[in-house]
Amino acid sequence: MAENYILECSGISKAFGGTQALKDVQLHVRPGEVHALLGENGAGKSTLMKIVIGLYQQDSGTMVFDGKPYQAKGPVDAIKSGISMIHQELNPEPHLTIAESIFLKREDTNGIFLNKRKQNERTQKILDDFGFPYPATTLIRELKLADVQMVEIIRAVSTNAKMIIMDEPTSSLDEQETQHLFRVIRDLKSKGVAIIYISHRMAEIYEICDTVSVFRDGHFIGTSALKDVSNDDLITMMVGRKVENQFPKVDCPIGDVVFKAEHLSGKGFEDISFEVHAGEILGFSGLVGSGRSETMRAIFGMDPLDSGKMYLNGQEFVRKHASDSIRQGVCMVNEDRKNFGLCLFRSIRENTSLPSLPERQKGLFINQSREKREVEDVSKTLLLKAASIEHNAYSLSGGNQQKVVIAKWILAAPKLLILDEPTRGVDVGAKAEIYSLMSKFAAEGMAIIMVSSELPEIMGMSDRVLVYHEGHISGEYFRKDILSGEVTQEVILSSAFGVA
Amino acid sequence: MASSPKTKRAASNQDRIRSLLGQYGIGIVLIIMMIVIAIMEPRFMTPGNIINVATQISINGLLCYGLCLCITTGGIDLTVGAQLALTSCIIGQTMTNMQWPAFLSILAGVGVATLFGFIDGLLIAKFNMFPFVVTLSMQLVIRGLSQVITGGRAVMLTNDWFTGIYSNKLMGIPMPIIIFVVVTIIMYLMLHWTKFGRYIFAVGGNVNAAIASGVSRFWVIVGVYTISGVLAGLASMIYTSKTGSAQSNIGVGYETDAIAAAVLGGTSFAGGIATIPGCVLGIFIIGLIYNGMNMIGVSSYYQSIVKGLIIIGAVMLDMVMNRNKH
Repeated sequence: MAENYILECSGISKAFGGTQALKDVQLHVRPGEVHALLGENGAGKSTLMKIVIGLYQQDSGTMVFDGKPYQAKGPVDAIKSGISMIHQELNPEPHLTIAESIFLKREDTNGIFLNKRKQNERTQKILDDFGFPYPATTLIRELKLADVQMVEIIRAVSTNAKMIIMDEPTSSLDEQETQHLFRVIRDLKSKGVAIIYISHRMAEIYEICDTVSVFRDGHFIGTSALKDVSNDDLITMMVGRKVENQFPKVDCPIGDVVFKAEHLSGKGFEDISFEVHAGEILGFSGLVGSGRSETMRAIFGMDPLDSGKMYLNGQEFVRKHASDSIRQGVCMVNEDRKNFGLCLFRSIRENTSLPSLPERQKGLFINQSREKREVEDVSKTLLLKAASIEHNAYSLSGGNQQKVVIAKWILAAPKLLILDEPTRGVDVGAKAEIYSLMSKFAAEGMAIIMVSSELPEIMGMSDRVLVYHEGHISGEYFRKDILSGEVTQEVILSSAFGVA
Repeated sequence: MASSPKTKRAASNQDRIRSLLGQYGIGIVLIIMMIVIAIMEPRFMTPGNIINVATQISINGLLCYGLCLCITTGGIDLTVGAQLALTSCIIGQTMTNMQWPAFLSILAGVGVATLFGFIDGLLIAKFNMFPFVVTLSMQLVIRGLSQVITGGRAVMLTNDWFTGIYSNKLMGIPMPIIIFVVVTIIMYLMLHWTKFGRYIFAVGGNVNAAIASGVSRFWVIVGVYTISGVLAGLASMIYTSKTGSAQSNIGVGYETDAIAAAVLGGTSFAGGIATIPGCVLGIFIIGLIYNGMNMIGVSSYYQSIVKGLIIIGAVMLDMVMNRNKH
């Protein structure tokens, strides 16, 4: 082994109770490379990373970091050795300043008191080096999500990390912010820092990564240079079978207008008018923060509407709360699964039946046998992978949690189903399953709105695409033009940036 | 690596034992306590004493259910002790000094407690105030009101029908036990079998997700505090019947025992997790601590210390057993 590696993991195994999460896994990372970890949810990527940063201890196997045997007892230990991780779920304290956040747990002190001035000066210098346009005393809660992400990255870099692990770093970033992140990654790379990059977005992996390691069901499948493998090869490696069609869209007859919005205005959007028909999948594209989600939340009744009228099946649609919308047949899968989707510590059954409980009343009580039957049926339709519907939603992988969220709205039998980022944090296999479900429901006459920041998804699944730019609709495109190649990603993107 | 299947089986066995203990851990604590007390004091296991314990716990039991619901929605109700005093004073004042019929007095007393519960809920749900702050302040208002009503003096109650609520028996079972059992069944059905119960869990488990699923946070919150008010009123009726006098200084610290019983019974302060059978176990444990320690002659000065330690120990046991869940 003349190769020079910064991190070598070999023979790593880890079991949780009876479940073997990792079996004899290896990983070799070179300094100065961006190394992608690829695999479906539950393949073992996160478990391996948690072992590397010391959140878990492996049952067997060894690690070598920077030429020395390495074993972290916890994240602090890992940071000391030179490994930092940026987690998918960001949770910095909103009340801290940028400086406090970056120097958390390693504050500058004069003896016992904090030396705030020195800390702020040091932080400012680091921020300036990064070209980060905020003063060090800005509070975290005043920053946009993308900037919070940047603070996390700056923190990792400022610990003089030799290796940084990024878990889905772009899941909350828009195109522009992603490009900025990539510039930072290239800069780190040129300084010899190794990056482990976990993502479900193949296009990004091809753009930024050098090497890829694929995992499946707790096994190591292989490592290869990205220039040597095709997209299809990688998907086959990940799923263990060929995914024939990433976007299983079935064209079905498009019926009457189900929902019509006229001149809707509210916080973050203005004068929005559109129609969606039975059997139609209407895609909403645009940058994060362009007002798409805000519009949907207002339609659903989670936020107020300043003006405008809505019609459902020709009748005026009036709603004060989400409960009014659900009763009339307008349902919404929120983009934020954790906060607006699930009660994680309640069972799959209770989560799934929650919005449609009124329909399952028998006198004073819930008809629990009917509830159980219906939840089991819908779980089967959605190919939910769970040992029992009595298990906590917490025990499921991201893709399966998303299926529970979709299941609960399917049980509510909507006329209009709004899906906001329906495949965020969902692996390739489950993604394809969710897409075919969307086609199936559309074919049954449901009207579907899909908000998505992933262009391939928008272009692969929509009958019609509306593009948002700064709270207005800036473009409308049709499936036939997308299929004929007349409307390309570039066309939609320029609408989103308002340059069309 | 050769021993891997064996260690795997051992691990899954260990998991199964742990999950069993997690589910019934508090029940085991209860049984161990009963055995220890029974060995130290044989009189403990007599039917007479068991009925005695059951009668005594009915008051804390009713309060505990109210607390359980409030805690499950992510709140707390600190007014129950003061509610006990207010209802008692209203019953005494109307029945003895104003010669109202007993039934009407009870209705007035429980009605006022219900109203105060409703007001707590309204303040919390409508104005987004913190439950701790609202009920801490309301507790002062309610206690003060009961002193105003009676002028701080005790009012004697001589109505036989009323004092019979505590002492009468139906088929050999004291009335308080019957009330407790009936309320327990109602609470069980409500929390585990109705839409409202599910909504309580949903609001406590994740209030945003609940609202996005069409649950009305407002009515759930108002509902649980109102129910807590009703139950405090009923508990006060039993208490006042037992002592035969209405006083404004009763019920001080009663919320502590009610919270303790709810927590012992697996009610999570994080919200969204509780069971009524668990609460029943918690209520019995708290009752046994009092009864058992009295019987084996532990001085009341030490009783409080022991009670605190047992609660910490039991909750810690629960945390260890359910480690995987948190």
